[in-house]
Amino acid sequence: MANPQNTATLRESAANDAAPASGSMVIIAPIAGWFFPGLGHIIQRRWIRGLLLMLAVLIMFFAGLGMQGKVYSFNTGDLLDILGFVGDVGSGLLYFVARTMDWGAGNIQRAVADYGTKYIVVAGLLNVISAIDAYHIAIGKKQ
Amino acid sequence: MTFELSHYSAALLFALCASTVFGITQRNTPRDMMRYGAYCFALFAVGVIVAAWVMWLIKH
Repeated sequence: MANPQNTATLRESAANDAAPASGSMVIIAPIAGWFFPGLGHIIQRRWIRGLLLMLAVLIMFFAGLGMQGKVYSFNTGDLLDILGFVGDVGSGLLYFVARTMDWGAGNIQRAVADYGTKYIVVAGLLNVISAIDAYHIAIGKKQ
Repeated sequence: MTFELSHYSAALLFALCASTVFGITQRNTPRDMMRYGAYCFALFAVGVIVAAWVMWLIKH
């Protein structure tokens, strides 16, 4: 027969594992996750997940730049350009560094450059998904 | 610095990164994450080949 005291300790331990983080973490984790890929997981001690997310987004972003993809600036023109900007901003700090350094001018003469543009947009969108996942961990919805 | 990739290798790199993020964010346990990530990667890789054949058939 199981010792009731041990069972209670195990239950308490399991409850602590799934318990939501502090109130500030609920705000900080998704913002950190957006600002730099994987940071929202890393500050919640999900080291491996954070590192893998960081690698995935960084590789996509810089591969996109290496393929001479375009980094969209703020615009009010064509709808696809606006959506491209929204996707790019999802990369957080990477986007602002790229804009500041004047990276991502694009190259319409290369077919692969269009892939690069999509890589950069999708890197931002994947980073948003990662930031939302960090939020779910912070509220205790996910381990 | 420029980065030269073929169309298929670009699609595979895209699939690898996207399926990594999908696996981690859409499942709860490490085992499920790996399984779902592998499943997404396989779907991406096979989907690209199927789409390529469909385009070839449309052209011919």
